[in-house]
Amino acid sequence: MSALRNISYFTVMAVLIVLVGQFQSWNLALSILNLCLISAIMALGVNMQWGYAGLFNVGVMGFAAMGGLAAMLISVPPVREAWSAGGVGVLVGLCVLVITLFAAVYTYTKMKANPLRMVLIIIISVAGYALMRSILDPATTAIEKVNPASTGYLGGLGLPILFAWPVGGVLAGAAAWVVGKITLGLRADYLAIATLGISEIIVAMLKNEDWMTRGVKNVVGLPRPVPYEINLQRTDWFIELAAKLNTDPVTFSSVFVKLSYAALFTVVLLIVLYLSEKALRSPWGRMMRAIRDNEVSANAMGKNVTARHLQVFVMGSVVVGIAGAMLTTLDGQLTPSSYQPLRFTFLIWVMVIVGGSGNNWGAVLGGFVIWFFWIEAEPMGIWLMNALTSQMDAGSALKAHLLDSAQHMRLMTMGLILLLTLRFSPRGLLPERTGRQ
Amino acid sequence: MSYLVAKGMTGGYGHVDILHDCTIAVDKGKIAVIVGPNGAGKSTAMKAVFGMLNIHTGSVTLDGEDITKLSPQDRVAKGMAFVPQTNNVFPSMSVEQNLEMGAFLRRDDINATMEEVYSLFPILKQKRRQNAGELSGGQRQQVAVGRALMTKPKLLMLDEPTAGVSPIVMDELFDLIIDVARTGLSILMVEQNARQALNIADTGYVLVQGRNRFTDTGQALMNDPEVRKSFLGG
Amino acid sequence: MEILNAFALLSNFVLVPAIAYGSQLALGALGVTLVFGILRFSNFAHGDTMAFGTMVTILFTWWFQSMGINLGPLPTALLALPLGIFFCAVYVLISDRLVYRFYRSKRADPVIYLIASVGVMFVTNGVVRFIIGPDDQNFSDGERFIIRAREFKEMTGLSEGISIKVSQGITFVTMIIVVAALFWFLNKTRSGKSMRAYSDNEDLALLSGINPDRVVAITWILAAALATIAGTLYGLDKSFKPFTYFQLLLPIFAAAIVGGLGNPLGAIAGGFIIAFSEIMITYAYKRFAAYLHPGDWVPEGLLQLLSTDYKFAVSFLILLLVLLVRPNGIFRGTGT
Repeated sequence: MSALRNISYFTVMAVLIVLVGQFQSWNLALSILNLCLISAIMALGVNMQWGYAGLFNVGVMGFAAMGGLAAMLISVPPVREAWSAGGVGVLVGLCVLVITLFAAVYTYTKMKANPLRMVLIIIISVAGYALMRSILDPATTAIEKVNPASTGYLGGLGLPILFAWPVGGVLAGAAAWVVGKITLGLRADYLAIATLGISEIIVAMLKNEDWMTRGVKNVVGLPRPVPYEINLQRTDWFIELAAKLNTDPVTFSSVFVKLSYAALFTVVLLIVLYLSEKALRSPWGRMMRAIRDNEVSANAMGKNVTARHLQVFVMGSVVVGIAGAMLTTLDGQLTPSSYQPLRFTFLIWVMVIVGGSGNNWGAVLGGFVIWFFWIEAEPMGIWLMNALTSQMDAGSALKAHLLDSAQHMRLMTMGLILLLTLRFSPRGLLPERTGRQ
Repeated sequence: MSYLVAKGMTGGYGHVDILHDCTIAVDKGKIAVIVGPNGAGKSTAMKAVFGMLNIHTGSVTLDGEDITKLSPQDRVAKGMAFVPQTNNVFPSMSVEQNLEMGAFLRRDDINATMEEVYSLFPILKQKRRQNAGELSGGQRQQVAVGRALMTKPKLLMLDEPTAGVSPIVMDELFDLIIDVARTGLSILMVEQNARQALNIADTGYVLVQGRNRFTDTGQALMNDPEVRKSFLGG
Repeated sequence: MEILNAFALLSNFVLVPAIAYGSQLALGALGVTLVFGILRFSNFAHGDTMAFGTMVTILFTWWFQSMGINLGPLPTALLALPLGIFFCAVYVLISDRLVYRFYRSKRADPVIYLIASVGVMFVTNGVVRFIIGPDDQNFSDGERFIIRAREFKEMTGLSEGISIKVSQGITFVTMIIVVAALFWFLNKTRSGKSMRAYSDNEDLALLSGINPDRVVAITWILAAALATIAGTLYGLDKSFKPFTYFQLLLPIFAAAIVGGLGNPLGAIAGGFIIAFSEIMITYAYKRFAAYLHPGDWVPEGLLQLLSTDYKFAVSFLILLLVLLVRPNGIFRGTGT
């Protein structure tokens, strides 16, 4: 019964996308599909944290940004001049930072709790920070001076970009580990604020540390795992294929590229989905849900709840990081200003809740449904607003205002969808499968 | 004529009945005590009398008036006062503010009542500006009882008032309870310390598994060999 | 003489702005802490509630201005403020009735309230941007300065001036008045005491005959009032842009948590701690150090601990520190 329902929901989604292809354009349909796939993976990661452990992570965007950062750092060729100008300084500065942190933590754990310990930690932190800045600042200024118009940053490792995807996961996981270690075990509200804070800091660093990311100047032209359209248009077998399918090579090239991405993304999605389902059905998964449903009893039985929560928090963030790397790969550029912390995070949350929290297939479905609606809402909203205001005079200020505002309605509509789903259908489209079925 | 009559109470928290045909009665100005083993339903019986539990069979009558359908707040208005076992004070408010809160529903001058409470519990007058959460267990219980007395109730219900206090404090509390009864209040009390409670009781109810097992005067129950064997340690 | 100059400099760029900003954060944090203490959840929609209240105030201010009504040297917005509070209160009461009341009756987990408040946040955000648009809005009028830097320099003969804007002065005075009124209400009135009792021990409060619906309603009205006042003062001081109010969420929550969620005194202390830290840590002490140092030496570099781009990182770091060392906050909040 539930399998039939699953399949029917997904079929409806597929049909919708095909309809878009027919009536609007295939390029658009495939763009939507690709972002649906990425959103689905992010929703899977968030679902792990929420559905398995009841953690409300408001900083999803920050972890996705870590993934995007990894994509850039791995694939972009290094800027030799920048490295010689300040590379050493940066490395030494970062070492100082790490040593300072270790020293502070070491002091904290090894000394007994007394005022002297606090004083010592403050001295270590301040001195370490000052030392780091004195080494780092001249180095970063030098780096940023190297050809700022086209580089002005350190560049990356120049490796194939597909490597970046797992690395993005690792980076995000590391950040999650730090945040989680500090804030898990406290109230849900504190975790929410802390994750919001960390994601804002991560995005701010991406926007301001030009020596690393070029900041708001963006890093464009990231290498691709799939062919370029221009190259395809010149290859013989491709031109023949286009002719056979009765399309022109130009449109077909962009369709082909998008299809290639879709294939890659689908592979990743299937892998993540498979692993998630296995984990869910394993004894580990059952234990996680037992902890979620009754934390007090679990604690009493000797399960280290905080450690488990940390595990899940890191795992979910790793998945989000991978998706973030994929997103940046698809974009072909690292655009720090595109990461608007709460807006995208919020969309993912709506996906998880509407799709069905605790159910992996539900998260995937939610990813598809909500992203599709989000994209189509703008043309639909404008169309609707036009229809509603068609009776008004062409020059009316109110009409202009209403038409203008159509775009703001998207977010508000998402808010309403979240509230309505939470209230009237909290288990979502594909509810979590409990033991009694 | 009994002031409070709770007759044939049957009910529970969900689908399972905890009380079975349980009857409790308190005479005016007298002390009635409910004792019994753990899980006997003593606190449940008291909560049923107060209306915090739905009984599908049975009735509760106060001074002749049927109050079975009334909510706990309404029963307070009719002259009942309830002192829970735990969480029975406002910890971040002062003793005096706790008493004020007790009299929340009253619109008249409460100073006279407050003075009465202070004369019953002199230590509260001494500590009236201190936060209730900072007091010792025994003193907190006094605040809890004092708070309940501020509505000038006719029936005072106490759920295990001496739980978790030292024996000396327990004796002190029992003495205070007798003083309160002497002012004309009827008292219904659930107690774990059966012997000391029955000592001061005019009527004793021994409940087992939600049913009345023994009902008699406190002294009679204390002297009953069967009761002594089962609940009083011989 | 140089020491006086140094401190005049610091007062102008750190002390005065921090007092104003701290007052705004304190008022914002008070709203958050009240809702947490009594309704027992963190209201993520508070920032956008501030935006909503301020928006209504702005609309009425414009209307008053168009009719020629003004308040002389003081901003007309002060006249419109009560109307802003009124409509904001109606809005939050409606949102409570439609959204949160259901979860109260179900005794839902606090996380659910949190998620719902995020939903309310986005709806409110949409409503505000729909009505007034996403752009910067200016609505201040009246005198701009209480004392200008130039006047100060003339009065004292120092080379560094201290300027105090009317909006900064109003912010501080309003904060004092509001805080005093709030504390009087919570400690001396029957309703206020019943709210404290409800926050302290909900079951016992119900037993005492306290009406929970009334307590909830008053809480929301107070929260709306505090949000509108804080938002309007912030908008007068800086400017009104719907997005900014969402950004204030982090420092406001940090302030409330640092002071102890649920503790009004803590919210005020936290507000000032966060404000002073943010400004002091991102201030460039170059000129200050130059004044203090004898002779003509001027330090290389800005002597700035953290760039202003990372201003909110300061609130976040302080928050993390407090969560590590003393999670209940400085004044021990009501965290369950």
